[in-house]
Amino acid sequence: MKALVDRRKCTLCAVCVEVCPFAAITVGETAIDISDECTLCGMCVDTCEFGALSLPGVGAGPAADLAAYKGIWVFAEWREGTVHRVSHELLSAGRILADKLGVPLAAVLLGHNLKDDASSEFIAFGADTVYVVDRPELAHFADDTYANVLVELIRQKKPEVLLAGATSIGRSFIPRVAASLQTGLTADCTELDVSDDGLLLQTRPAFGGNVMATIICPNKRPQMATVRPKVMKPVRQPDHKGEIIPVSISEACFKSRIEVLEVIPEKDQTAKLTEADAIVSGGRGLQKPENFALVEELAQLIKAAVGASRGAVEEGWIAPSHQVGQTGRTVSPSLYMAVGIAGAIQHLVGMQSSKTIVAVNKDPMAPIFDVATYGVVADLFEFIPAFVRKIKQERGD
Amino acid sequence: MHIAVCIKQVPDAKNVRIDPDTHTLVRQGVESIVNPFDLFAVEAALKIKDALGARITVLTMGPPQADEALRETLSRGVDDAVLLSDRAFAGSDTWATSTTLASAIRKLGDVDLILCGKQAIDGDTAQVGPETATLLDLPYATFVKKIEILDDGHLKVTRQTDEGMEVWKLPMPALITVIKEVGEPRLPSLRHKMRAKKAEIPVWGVNDLGLDPSAVGLSGSYTQVVRVFSPPRRGDRILLQGNIDEQVDQLYRYLKEAKVPGI
Repeated sequence: MKALVDRRKCTLCAVCVEVCPFAAITVGETAIDISDECTLCGMCVDTCEFGALSLPGVGAGPAADLAAYKGIWVFAEWREGTVHRVSHELLSAGRILADKLGVPLAAVLLGHNLKDDASSEFIAFGADTVYVVDRPELAHFADDTYANVLVELIRQKKPEVLLAGATSIGRSFIPRVAASLQTGLTADCTELDVSDDGLLLQTRPAFGGNVMATIICPNKRPQMATVRPKVMKPVRQPDHKGEIIPVSISEACFKSRIEVLEVIPEKDQTAKLTEADAIVSGGRGLQKPENFALVEELAQLIKAAVGASRGAVEEGWIAPSHQVGQTGRTVSPSLYMAVGIAGAIQHLVGMQSSKTIVAVNKDPMAPIFDVATYGVVADLFEFIPAFVRKIKQERGD
Repeated sequence: MHIAVCIKQVPDAKNVRIDPDTHTLVRQGVESIVNPFDLFAVEAALKIKDALGARITVLTMGPPQADEALRETLSRGVDDAVLLSDRAFAGSDTWATSTTLASAIRKLGDVDLILCGKQAIDGDTAQVGPETATLLDLPYATFVKKIEILDDGHLKVTRQTDEGMEVWKLPMPALITVIKEVGEPRLPSLRHKMRAKKAEIPVWGVNDLGLDPSAVGLSGSYTQVVRVFSPPRRGDRILLQGNIDEQVDQLYRYLKEAKVPGI
């Protein structure tokens, strides 16, 4: 199978020839030709301004009773006693979808020794129903028990959409839920909408945010997506009314092959990159390990986490857990400050979705400036101490 | 012990840059590499082989040229490689890919441990490992930075989470997805390079795997891409002018106005 060409619409403009990452498109006599190299990646489809290119459809499969599935569900994330804020973000996003579709919105809360105030908060963020499963086996996260319980609940109550946070928990066990239910799953969405025919439109970045793709799951239910934290806006509606329903689940679901031996919270708050609202990162421009103190001082002052480029990690100046970029962490804080980082693509793909990006580098040609909201061409050894003094002075320290 | 490592051939990010004007992806040529996380998985397998002895089979699903990716891992000391390649596999989403990989692992038969990178750098989904394990009804652990094999034959793994670390124990066979901290990949050796060059790599298609062509590739996929587009351009970029003090004042003012946390 390969991309389809509408030969009547093709004008032989050859824009797609350049775009194809697999060099599968050539200019033919009356229309472009697509070779067997085509991997159906879809890059060409959106570039064609004449609408001449399309992808064949996914298999219809046995027609599942799609109409039997109704309502939007949000997996509410509870971690060792606290609710993760992505739960509120997703409920607010789910509320908008539910209203568009005219269906109810539910939150699903799994854990142990759960208190009703968490569930009441879910209602305040838009849930009509909160399904609660409170069991000692759910006290610690484990992929199999969490997946078993969610799968059984979905089989019982048949929601048409399930959303979960693209956190270390959601990204780990939601694929097990999707595969067990034999349905589609889209990872790391940053935009959600519904189509005219009621399908969930799931938009996500790929290739480190350089390409966006909108994905649907036409023939299977529920339509499942994980959604990046800090993208959807939590909206509290204190007057919203809802119902809390404890659910009992068959015993077999709680049998686990995984034994959680230890949960070790990160003591170094500056290493909690994915959770941080602000990150100050250092690169090779710092020249030697002691100079990381400059980055750390600024980070401490503005309560930011400390990141690093691959170069700084490879030099051994800082632990790999601080690395931002392709083989490290992908982050999107409100503020990302890159200090002495040139901005190789491997770094950019890990941070370019940050809201505000500040780059400090003495080389005006450094690629980091291409993505920086505010670029500072300066010697970091002069600029950073001066900036630290400025913040302290404004605070009256 | 038999370890299977699943890898993916991906476009090399080094050949990719962002056009500063259009902010779109520019790929120069079509050079491909082994997904970096998968090389960490290969390294993790080789470490187990060094310590305890093991046979390592590396698998990839891809076009015929993905053969190069397999040879790359053979040159680092992997024992065997299998290429899963068939026109019927084109257009696979994570479900269809997992279906194909799971069939291949079943065909290998005696696999005790499956290792994968945490995600591929082109799709970034992190779904194929967990979905493959689910199809094989195996336990799995994701984002693992340390793997130990206990005397009782269980695995003890340390996972990196958003909040810190978790130590899990799970029985084999199991599937593990790994992150960078499992160890930097070793370099190819001359001896293994020679062997990699000459190795006969079997190619398995739908018939070899006993799969229905409609169950794989695009027709076996549940999700469909309906639109691919460039991300919206970032707002105006501002280069701060003046001397250090002036730059400091401007940046402070901008960040204050933007209500950036901490400032």
